[in-house]
Amino acid sequence: MRKKNIFNSTILSTTFLIVFTSLTSCSDDDENPEVVNEEEIITTMNVTLSASGVPTITLQSQDLDGDGPNDPVVEVSGNLTASTVYSGSIELLNETETPAEDITEEVAEEADEHQFIFVTSGSVASTAYNDEDADGNPIGIAFTLTTGEAGTGTLQITLRHEPKKPNDGTLADAGGETDVVQTFTVTVE
Amino acid sequence: MRTYAIALFAIIAACNINAQDCNSILLGEIIDFHDNTPLHNATVLLTGTTKSVVTGLNGKFRIENLCDGYIELEVYHEECKTKLITVLIDGDTYQEISLEHHLEELEEVKIVGSSIQNKTNSALEQTLKLETIEQYSSQSIGDALKEINGVSSLNTGANIVKPSIHGLNGSRVLVLNDGVRMQDMEWGEEHAPNIDINGSGSIAVIKGAAALQYGGDAIGGVIVIEQPKFKEQDTLFGKTVINGVTNGRGGNISSELTKVFENGFFIKGQGSLKRLGDREAPNYILSNTSSQEKAGKINFGKLLFNWGFNVKYSYFESDLAILRASHIGNVDDLIQSINSQEPAIIESFTYDIESPRQEVAHHIGSLNFYKRFQGLGKLNVQYDFQKNRRFEYDIRVGDDANKASIDLDLTTHTFSSDFKWDSEYKYKLHTGVMGRYQDNFANPDTGVRRLIPDYKKYDVGLFLIGEYRFSDNLTVDGGLRYDYNRIDAKKFYRTSRWEERGYDEQFQDIVIDDLGTQLLTNPIFDYHNLSGTLGMEYQVDNSSTLRFNYALGQRAPNPSELFSDGLHHSAARIELGDLRIKSETSHKFSVSKEADYDLWAYSFEPYVNFLSDFILLEPTGVEFTLRGAFPVWSYRQTTARIVGFDASIYSNFWKNWSTSHKFSLVKGKDLDFDKALINIPAANFRNKVSFNRPKWSDFEISLESNYVFRQNEFPEDIIVFSPEQQQDVLLQINTTPPAYHLLSAYSKMQFPIGQKNQLQVSLTVNNLLNTAYRDYLNRQRYFADDLGRNFIVQFNFKY
Repeated sequence: MRKKNIFNSTILSTTFLIVFTSLTSCSDDDENPEVVNEEEIITTMNVTLSASGVPTITLQSQDLDGDGPNDPVVEVSGNLTASTVYSGSIELLNETETPAEDITEEVAEEADEHQFIFVTSGSVASTAYNDEDADGNPIGIAFTLTTGEAGTGTLQITLRHEPKKPNDGTLADAGGETDVVQTFTVTVE
Repeated sequence: MRTYAIALFAIIAACNINAQDCNSILLGEIIDFHDNTPLHNATVLLTGTTKSVVTGLNGKFRIENLCDGYIELEVYHEECKTKLITVLIDGDTYQEISLEHHLEELEEVKIVGSSIQNKTNSALEQTLKLETIEQYSSQSIGDALKEINGVSSLNTGANIVKPSIHGLNGSRVLVLNDGVRMQDMEWGEEHAPNIDINGSGSIAVIKGAAALQYGGDAIGGVIVIEQPKFKEQDTLFGKTVINGVTNGRGGNISSELTKVFENGFFIKGQGSLKRLGDREAPNYILSNTSSQEKAGKINFGKLLFNWGFNVKYSYFESDLAILRASHIGNVDDLIQSINSQEPAIIESFTYDIESPRQEVAHHIGSLNFYKRFQGLGKLNVQYDFQKNRRFEYDIRVGDDANKASIDLDLTTHTFSSDFKWDSEYKYKLHTGVMGRYQDNFANPDTGVRRLIPDYKKYDVGLFLIGEYRFSDNLTVDGGLRYDYNRIDAKKFYRTSRWEERGYDEQFQDIVIDDLGTQLLTNPIFDYHNLSGTLGMEYQVDNSSTLRFNYALGQRAPNPSELFSDGLHHSAARIELGDLRIKSETSHKFSVSKEADYDLWAYSFEPYVNFLSDFILLEPTGVEFTLRGAFPVWSYRQTTARIVGFDASIYSNFWKNWSTSHKFSLVKGKDLDFDKALINIPAANFRNKVSFNRPKWSDFEISLESNYVFRQNEFPEDIIVFSPEQQQDVLLQINTTPPAYHLLSAYSKMQFPIGQKNQLQVSLTVNNLLNTAYRDYLNRQRYFADDLGRNFIVQFNFKY
């Protein structure tokens, strides 16, 4: 009987010892955790529209807090000129990093998995693709924009990831997921 | 029984004629070791002879005409371990013999599982038997639990099934896996319990917080998973279950082997493997829904009646693909998915597991020791260790394509001890203490801001429960529990979020570092929770029982409710916790009336649960980012009421035929805002008819109908601005899918193989009519239909 009790208390004290050592050994990491700066986040889209003989116009949408509560800030540098064919280019940046990371390069590298889709209205008459991926399908980093008569219009730019390629240039047909979407309201004069 | 006794007496009388001229008498008394009560109907055999007697109601027996000297007796009682005892006869002799009654730890594996003890006295409680568990061998524990009336599930597709009891899930449902409280990040809606259903012997569900010994925060309920029990005798046994599944074109295999030695020592091993490819809805393939699971368990110990120990280690690993079409970009994609009736991406069948996916591994190690004190009770001491490692992979581009977006490592140590005074017939007392330390590490290498921060958590719990038997038909029970929880987190907030939430006014003192756009904070919160229960069980007559129970439960907020902040990519939603959230309290009243007659049985269990500071997560609006607009889901607290009932009828009016009917209804209301609560399961009605003929190799066939009503009560949909459409649109995020009706069939036969082995073959067909349906509590209902027809063939070999 006595022997059994000794055995039992051995088990008990071993258990306590294991608990104690495991508890103490785990509480030594009192350092502060490492901050995470999101790498893939796109904070900024810059669109440059240029044509000979007219001022170059830039459109910008910037959301520095990413999925934070602040809305993107949209800026249009000036008015477009009527009945003009602009040559356009898109730049995507991650400005949470210094220096800012150019995401456009990643899109270009995986061009077959990406496409910008343009939707126009009002005085923005049309857009056309000016680049293509390895399969000969459009990407949209470079494009042309044709303005119509004076008035207001909108240009909506959407970057789709893994769209159906080729597609008919509409969002519905392209499918995939949206990486960036912004609608710019512009004045054509 | 009486005839048996008479027959035995006749044998004794016959023996007496042959007896020699020895005249000593042995007067004996057989008592229960455990509470010193007399054991009636025990058989005492004089070894080497055919002389045997049976004890009477007072536990006494008498053997006459014995010669002086040593004799050996074999004492047998159907609920006890057989005992051999040597007695010295010296004239008329008196001998007391104690038998080990109440074989809690040593109960024999009974296929029917009828020996399962209740965990509570007065609460609503139901147990799944081994037979049912085996039927669900190729599915998950959440699927099997839906057999229990009042239990539903919150699904993310078919792979992630989270049990929900009386409308409550997640941290409100405590899962006790073989004595260890699971710490597997149960807070997430897309986190399923990390348990392999194979290898469990019984699964009990206590609907409510009445089982205080396990925790006071089980406002939804407790799921108690236990190992099959076995007798302390020299045996070697095991089983192998193999399932072939058509929907998913795969299957699983599970095998276990147990060796028990005469001295009580045992060793047991179990392992399972499961592999399924893409699942199918009636009209299309659910692309990227394959899964893979591995599980293993080893345990050894010594389980004697008066003391024992048990050392266990178990491992569970799952790699689950998540429906490709459910990974969406923004609110416009969600609008498009809800409006289109088909998933956006349908590819051909594959076994590949691509992103989005989850990879989870869970380890449990435990040491348990118990000792029983004669005439007093039982002491139990346990230490357990758990490690949960979770990776979630989203669809990412470039260098990050194969990098996890969520990488969490949760380690938990728990020490607990309890003592149960169960030697008195009139009353029983159970008291215990628990200490727990938990550490969560969120790996920053993901390159994605942490959804759940690094934290340390400390829990201490104390409980006392008692049970008093007023008479043979009235038992009253009650208990109290106190829990202390401390959470000490290190969390980064975006400065803009910190200010938008108003934390800069209330919590500025917890900021420990300012990194410009982000703040590092150190929230330390303490919670003191009190829980209690009071109930009674009244045996109305031989066939019916009435129970009443009141349970007070209190639960501290979990890390997700406190700290969530940011875009949950896989769900395409911004989830916002709140540091101001305090403990929630539940007052649940339940009544149950059960009756079991020869030809039929019924149960009726109404309940009402009043919840104050009830924590819920619901869509509250949208936030705009460059990626578009995202629905915001925020946690808030409210006063709520959940009311409902579970009813069931079982009948057996004709030989070989039986029917069962179950109906379950829950209604949830947010009393502060006078609106419906989110995610309350729809009413459902299950009817089953079975034909059973044991003569034909245990043949059984059954047909079951499951009608799920439409949930008519749900919170209003929200209006969001669609950047794509440049206007406000109604986002039908809360609208519930229509009612549906599913038929399923099951048939089995059992064949003996050799002397001891058995083979059971069964066929299950789920969704027999290949009905296309969507369930309100499936988070993928926006994107795709639920599973189509599925045939499961099972071979269950017992040896």
